Order: sequence, then C-alpha cells, then structure tokens
Amino acid sequence: MNRRKILLRALALGLVSPLEACNYDDPAHPDLADDFLHMMSAWNDRVQAALFNPNTLAPTFRPDQITRPPRFNAFYDISQVTVVDPGTFRLALGGQIADKTPWTLAQINALPYQEQITRLICVEGWRVIGQWGGVPLGVFLKRVGADLTCSYVSFHCADGYYSSIDMASALHPQTILATTFLGAPLTPAFGAPLRLRIPTKLGFKNPKSVVQIAVTNTYPGGYWEDQGYNWFSGS
Amino acid sequence: MKPIHPLILRLTHWLNAVAIVVMVGSGWQIYNASPLFGFTFPWTIGEWLGAAIAWHLAFMWLLVGNGLIYVVWTLASGHWRKFFPVRPRDILHDLKAALTFKLGHEKGVYNAVQKVLYLGVLFAGVVVVLSGLAIWKPVQLWPLCDLFGGFYAARYVHFFAMSAIVAFFVVHIALVALVPKVLPPMITGGKQP
Repeated sequence: MNRRKILLRALALGLVSPLEACNYDDPAHPDLADDFLHMMSAWNDRVQAALFNPNTLAPTFRPDQITRPPRFNAFYDISQVTVVDPGTFRLALGGQIADKTPWTLAQINALPYQEQITRLICVEGWRVIGQWGGVPLGVFLKRVGADLTCSYVSFHCADGYYSSIDMASALHPQTILATTFLGAPLTPAFGAPLRLRIPTKLGFKNPKSVVQIAVTNTYPGGYWEDQGYNWFSGS
Repeated sequence: MKPIHPLILRLTHWLNAVAIVVMVGSGWQIYNASPLFGFTFPWTIGEWLGAAIAWHLAFMWLLVGNGLIYVVWTLASGHWRKFFPVRPRDILHDLKAALTFKLGHEKGVYNAVQKVLYLGVLFAGVVVVLSGLAIWKPVQLWPLCDLFGGFYAARYVHFFAMSAIVAFFVVHIALVALVPKVLPPMITGGKQP
C-alpha cells in the first residue's frame, strides 16, 4: 500500500466512523458526534433568533389555496387522538405569570379574535395551507400578566406532547392561540379545543390540544426537540 | 518552487469534499422523509430525520464558510483567470478529445472541459446554497424564497442543484481515476513543471 492509499483510507475512515456512530437514539448518553451536533444546533438557535424580525409576516394565502382535505399529523395514528371535553376544559397557567387562574373555553372565546390563512411547513419538507382563528398569544400573555422579559413560553398538551418557543416569536402578531380551523371550531384531530398556531415556525412547534401554558427562563425543551430536532426551528 | 496547487486551494478543496459528502448524505435522508419523486435514497448520513437535519445544518457552515474563503481567494489572487477564456470551439475540441481518451493533461492548466465543469459546479454551488437558505427561512428570507418560485419550487431547485453537484462529483472522480497523476499534487501541492 502506498502513501496515497493510506492517506485516502484514513480520510475515508475518519469521515465515516463518527457519522455511523451518531444516531441520536439515546439522548441521555450522547457521544462525541452528538455533543458536536448539540453545540451547532445551539449556535443555530442563536443565529435564528438574530435573524428573526418581529415585523416580518409569514405569507398569507387566498381561500381557494387552502389544502383540502386537511392533512392530519402527529406522533401517533389518527385513531389514537386524545379527545378533550370542551365543557370541562381548563387552560392552566404556570411560571412567571401574575394571574394563574385557569381559563375556560368561553373566557378564551371572549378575547379578541383574528383569522389567518397561512402555510404550515412540516420539518419533513411537505407543506399545507390552512385557515386558523383565535386570540393572539401576545394579547393573552399581556392579559394574564406574564413577565414578557422571560426567555421562553412552554406548552403542555392533553396527549403528552410538549414544546416551547422564544418570547419574541410568542409576541409575533401572527402567533395565535387557535380555537377554529377552516372556519369551524377545532376538531380533536386538529387540536381541539385550543392549539398554538405559529406560522413563523415549523409544524412541530404548533402544539395541539394545549392544556397548560407557562412562562419561564428555564429551558423547557420539547417532545421532538429533546430527541434532536433544532429547538428554534424558525421559518 | 511554486506548487501546482497552493496550500489554500488544497485545504479548501478537501474541506469542501468533506462538506459536500456530509451535506449530500444528510440531504438524502431529509429527502427520504418527504420524497419529491417516486424513489428514496438507500445510503444516507443520519439514521433518522432529526439526526440528518442536525448534520445538514451543522455542516452548512463549513460548506458556506469554506466556499467563501475559496471565492475571496480566487478573486483576490487572480486564480480566477485560469477559468477564462471559455471558448465554445475549445470546449467542442477538448470534449471530443476527452471522450476519445485523447485529451492530454497539462499540469497547472485547465483545459476547456475542466473550465466548463468547474464553472458549472461553482454555479450549482451558489444555487444549492441560496435555494437551501430559501427552504430553511421561507419567512425571514421571503424575497429569496420568492426568487425560487416559493417554498415548494425551491425544494425542487435545491434537489436539481444537488443532482448537478453529484453528477460533477462522479465525473470528477472518474477523470481522476483515468488520470491518477493529478491526485498527488492536490495533496502535496506538487511542483510546477
């Protein structure tokens, strides 16, 4: 074997071996490659926060561009959807919020309502266009006396899903707590009775059937984020 | 003595090779999550979508940073002159010679086929980066996304730019296999004749 072959083999080995080892299959025991990817993902969070312009609006679409039938997506099959009783539903509040009294659906429905026809882009690469309506999250957070200087807003869902977003994105005018989809109240498969709709982030940052909202400075992570998806995941 | 390939060119060449392999390998896994065509890639980097995206968005910095160093050096050093002039007559002549295995290799000089291939892959590199940014940030970088015809069209542009780079890669490796004497200078620098 000559020098060139040895060099090439060393290069190939050095390139391939760390890649094979990294599969993010055990987040509790990261290897060297995982540590590197986490570091780069945290860097990308910072870059995206800097790139985020609170005045840049996500594109809106005409009613005839809405995707029909709508596409169901979750980490389980549609037959496994959790059904929340809208009558007994209470939205719990936690963290740095002055008034943590739980909210009924009727109280939420009495807040300012706005509709949007926006595009939901999935981390997988597909996209759908839908019509959502609800109260701007910023309006709601101010109403309950949330500490808007905190870094994170976290969401917990009836199906065990959870996620979190940065405060700047939470206060974006198109970020809403949606109660309607396609002009009708949300159905269980699409997040009834209340979901986050945030068109400036990827689909998995739009938790459905939200039962608790908290404001915090402690990084809350998320269901997919804890497995390796980039946390900020802005569009 | 002046080397055929200056150190900075060799360095950016091999760093780019690493970046391209990781970007294409992880990109194929991302493609597999929502294929644009009726096939998926059997070989990928990252065993699932989350890992593939992590590799892709980590190594994009190497691809772009290294690429910028190469472009700035090429423009500042006068290296860009080696790509020009590109004459259609020379291309036809050298292509015919190459296909009949009669194209001689003059060390340190780009023949017309090389010029076209290198300029072509540089263009594909610019397109793949810009369309990639459009897919990554269709809201914040919306003018860029619009330039490619929107998010969905940008995915196709990104795919075809990748295909062009992979096609170049295949031809590039095949030519090195045919003329193996060009490989050592890309590692050691070689000596100008």
